[in-house]
Order: sequence, then structure tokens, then C-alpha cells
Amino acid sequence: MVDSTLVEIVFHGRGGQGAVTAANLLVAAALKDGNKGVQAFPFFGAERRGAPVKAFARISEEEIHLRSEIYNPDVVIVLDESIMDIVDVIHGLKENGKILINTTKKPGDFSFSKKYGTAVVDATGIALKHELLVGGIPVVNTPILGAIPKVLEKVTLKSIQSTIKGKWKGELADRNVKATEDAYKQVEVSF
Amino acid sequence: MSSVMIDTGNYIAAKAAVMARPDVVAAYPITPQTTLVEGIANYRDTGEFKGEYICVESEHSAMSACIGASAAGVRTFTGTSSHGLLLMHEMLHWAALARLPIVMCNINRVVGPGWNIWADENDSVSQRDTGWIQFYCSSNQEIFDTVIQAFKLAEHEKISLPVMISYNAFILSHTSMPVYIPEQEEVDDFIPKRKPLWKLDVDNPITFGNIILPHEYEKVRRDMQNAQEYAKKLIVEINRDWEKRFGRYHGDLLELYKCDDAEYILVAMGAIGSESKVTVDNMRKEGYKIGLARLRVFRPFPGEEIVKLGDKADLIVIDRNVSIGLGGAVFNEVKASLYGKSDAKVYGYIAGLGGKDVTYGDIEKMCKKVVDGKAKHMEWYGFEKGGV
Repeated sequence: MVDSTLVEIVFHGRGGQGAVTAANLLVAAALKDGNKGVQAFPFFGAERRGAPVKAFARISEEEIHLRSEIYNPDVVIVLDESIMDIVDVIHGLKENGKILINTTKKPGDFSFSKKYGTAVVDATGIALKHELLVGGIPVVNTPILGAIPKVLEKVTLKSIQSTIKGKWKGELADRNVKATEDAYKQVEVSF
Repeated sequence: MSSVMIDTGNYIAAKAAVMARPDVVAAYPITPQTTLVEGIANYRDTGEFKGEYICVESEHSAMSACIGASAAGVRTFTGTSSHGLLLMHEMLHWAALARLPIVMCNINRVVGPGWNIWADENDSVSQRDTGWIQFYCSSNQEIFDTVIQAFKLAEHEKISLPVMISYNAFILSHTSMPVYIPEQEEVDDFIPKRKPLWKLDVDNPITFGNIILPHEYEKVRRDMQNAQEYAKKLIVEINRDWEKRFGRYHGDLLELYKCDDAEYILVAMGAIGSESKVTVDNMRKEGYKIGLARLRVFRPFPGEEIVKLGDKADLIVIDRNVSIGLGGAVFNEVKASLYGKSDAKVYGYIAGLGGKDVTYGDIEKMCKKVVDGKAKHMEWYGFEKGGV
């Protein structure tokens, strides 16, 4: 039986934005929050910088036996708004599903906000503010992680921040942690 | 005491390999194994891996270097995948016939052409006659535990054979899961330093790999077969010892899941073997008496255990491989094991080749088709409507 505590998350982004790292950090944080079963994996392809990429995460209170891809997520996270012109990001999203988008728009600007809980945060703006850049490209994954506790109760901001501090050190860790704080405060939700 | 590490199957395998304290690792990178050897190289850089890391120009050379190292009496590890494994083919036979304990991870990937980097078990299944012991894992924890256990098995005086640990490309190699990591001292206590039965030694020269006559050669082969038969018992002993020490148990040659009262038992390896548990749970809820026997060890093949399953249930085998001209490898070996010893019916599906996703829903469809009496003896899943 697919256990009732299981939550499935799909990240949409572009190669280089850190979607896979975001999925990995999210489940590491979820584990700290006491979720025994966690899993994070990329869409199995040959990823290229700038090309559309997907990453998956599963979080459960029990051990996860599933090894297949996620077709009906509970939560969809969009790291790059322009992806939505070419990818139907809400395809398969569960009836009570939620979507979190990196955008400067309002939740009501998206037509699907009537059907799905929609959250928005300007993760790109926050990444630029804290100079989170790799090769000149804003890395939006840590800001978006800060917004996730608002759409996914299983994970706390505290665990996300301590996971970030475990991965990076010193001033770089501090900037990433501050970015998560800004995102947590700035996220706007329609539900 | 143990700590939890959350990482991909490849990095977990690298961690396990390094904790086994090999003296030599010789490897050549290939997708999707690359992060495994990258992980070990990184541990070499940090000083956590204190052995020799030999960079080579091909997989044939990687296995040759491992053969040399193992013959010199030291603990040896490598990893590869797909075409890399196939390029080793000659040396795989060599390592096993020379009775050299070497532990190798193989990340199951498609054989080309057409070019494809996804999961498919034809690479390692096609090496079944080389004399290597073969494990198939279904979680990152099982990868960690099996890599450590494999050294104990390979280096045992009654085995002295190489061991291959296979796991599915990306589905495990690139998926992060939490894994309990024991203390280094606990691993050291479980697998003390290798004590070779003989070794290449300039101070005590011996002949190695010389010409032998037909009668003697046949004995060499017979002894290998006997060693693999003995491995069936030893694998169980090692598993039980591991369980006592670390509290973890992934099954013996087979992992049995809800088989006790089952009228139908699924048989599958690797990731499909894990996904099948979800199918079994769902179908049990609907009242179907179904169980799962996940094949952990493909060589030696657990024929006796398969016969026991056949005493009470019909079997549904899913193969992520195909022996062209015959059918799924596990399907045919299951049937061979049962012949003359059981009246169980056996149904075979080929599914998930080329990395095609196999979901619990797919597996449920396969099982229900059998229960409804509509399944053929053997079929390719997903082509029911004559589709392409």
C-alpha cells in the first residue's frame, strides 16, 4: 500500500539552477524533522545547462519501497517561470495539490490558482540580493527551499537551514541561510 | 553506534568500499558508475582511503590490475557498468578461474546500440557463466551492507571467488536515500585484514596460471561449482551475523515478503523487487493472496528455495533482461529449478528494458492478468495491443 503519510514532490527548472540539489537538501531536512522514509532523484536523462530538468522527492513517515517516477505529485515547485511556456507543470497534480512558483507575479495571476493552492516567491530577486550566483546565473534553489515550509508542513525552516549549514561553510552558508529566511517571509499564498 | 548518511547509491557504495579498507582500487569511469569512482578518488584526496588508486586506460586494464593486486594477496575493489563490464569479459573469467577474491559494483545499464544510459540488467546477467557470485540490490542500505559483506564472502577460504554487486542505473545509483553507517571499528571487526591462501611473492616464488591437463582443468571447474554451492550456506551465515551485529537484514538468497499463505508469488530482482512490495500490499488489501520473493543472489542460483516456493504457490517472474532466442533469464532458471520437483505454474514477463519505468500499477496489471487466467506462458509487458 502506498502509505498515507507519503508526500511526493516534483521540481521543474533549468539545468544549472540547482533543482537536483534542492530535492536532495529538502529530503535531508525532512529526515531531520523525523520523516523516516525519504528519497530524492533526478529525472534520469543527460542534463544540460539551460535545458528543462526535473527532480523528484518523496517524504514519508515510513520506509519507502517505491522506485518508480512520480506521476501524481502532491506538490509542484517551479524554479523557472519560463518553463511553464513549454512544460505543463500541473499535469498529474493531485486534486488537493499545491504549486510553488519562482515569480514576481501574484498567485491570482495564474489561472490554475482557482483549482490549486498557489504560492509565489521572487527567488531570483532574493538570489541576486544575496549574490547567490554560479557562472553568473542566479542559483534559486536555496531561496525556494525557504518558501517550501509554507506549502509543505512536514519540513521546517529550521531543518532546512541546518541542512544548508551542513553542506556549505562560513559566509557562503550564511548568505544561503539569509536567502531562505527572506523567502520564508516573502512567500505569498492563495490558500 | 551508527550514523545516518543520506546520499546516492554510488556515493554510498564508495563509502562502503572505503570502509572495507581495500589496498587497491583500479577503475575506469563510465556513466552511470562515474560518481562511484569519483567518490573513492575523493576519499583518496581527503586521506580517508589509504590504499592505492590506480587510474587505467580501459575496463579490461582495470580488471587486469585488480587481478594482479588480488593475486599479490591484497584486498581489491572496482566498479563498472554496461559496456565497461563487457570489455572486462575475458578478465572476468580469468579472475574467477584464478580463484581471486575481488569485489566489484556493477551499475546495471543498457547495452547499446541504440545508445541509452538507463537501467537494464542484460549487462551483468550475460556474465552469469563467468564464475562470479552475483548480488542484486534494491535499496542504498542494501548496497552498503552487501559491499561490506561481499569482502567477507569473497575472501573466505572455502570461497575465494570474485563477487559482483549490481544495482539499477539511476534508480539506485543516482537516488538519495538515508543509510545507516556503522563505526569503522565495527567494520574492521567484521572484516579483518585479508589472509590470502597464497600470493605472488618475490621472496617465495610460486607458479601461477600454468598449463594444466584436461583432468586437472575439469577439477578446477568442479571446485568452483562446489565453492558456489558452499556460498549458498555462507551467505545465510554472513547475513545472520550481520543482523546480530547491526540489526539489519535484507533476506538471504531470496527476500521473502508476505509469502506464508500466498497462492501467487512474484519473483523479481533489483528495483522492481522493491516496487513489487507496494503491489503486494495493495493487492492484499483487495483480498488477493500474493507474496514476493525478491531474488538477491542470482549466482549461485537459489534453486532449492525456488522449489519451496513452488510447493504452495504459482510463480510470476518479472525480468528486466532477456536472453534473446529464449526469454527472461530468471524466468527460465526458475523453470529449470522446478523441473521434476514441483507442479507449480510459472508465468514470465519481460518489462523495464532500456530503463522503461515499471510502476506498482504495472506490476499489479501483470499479476491480475495471471490470476484472471488471461496471461500467456511468457510475454512482453506493455505490448498487449500489438503496439510498438
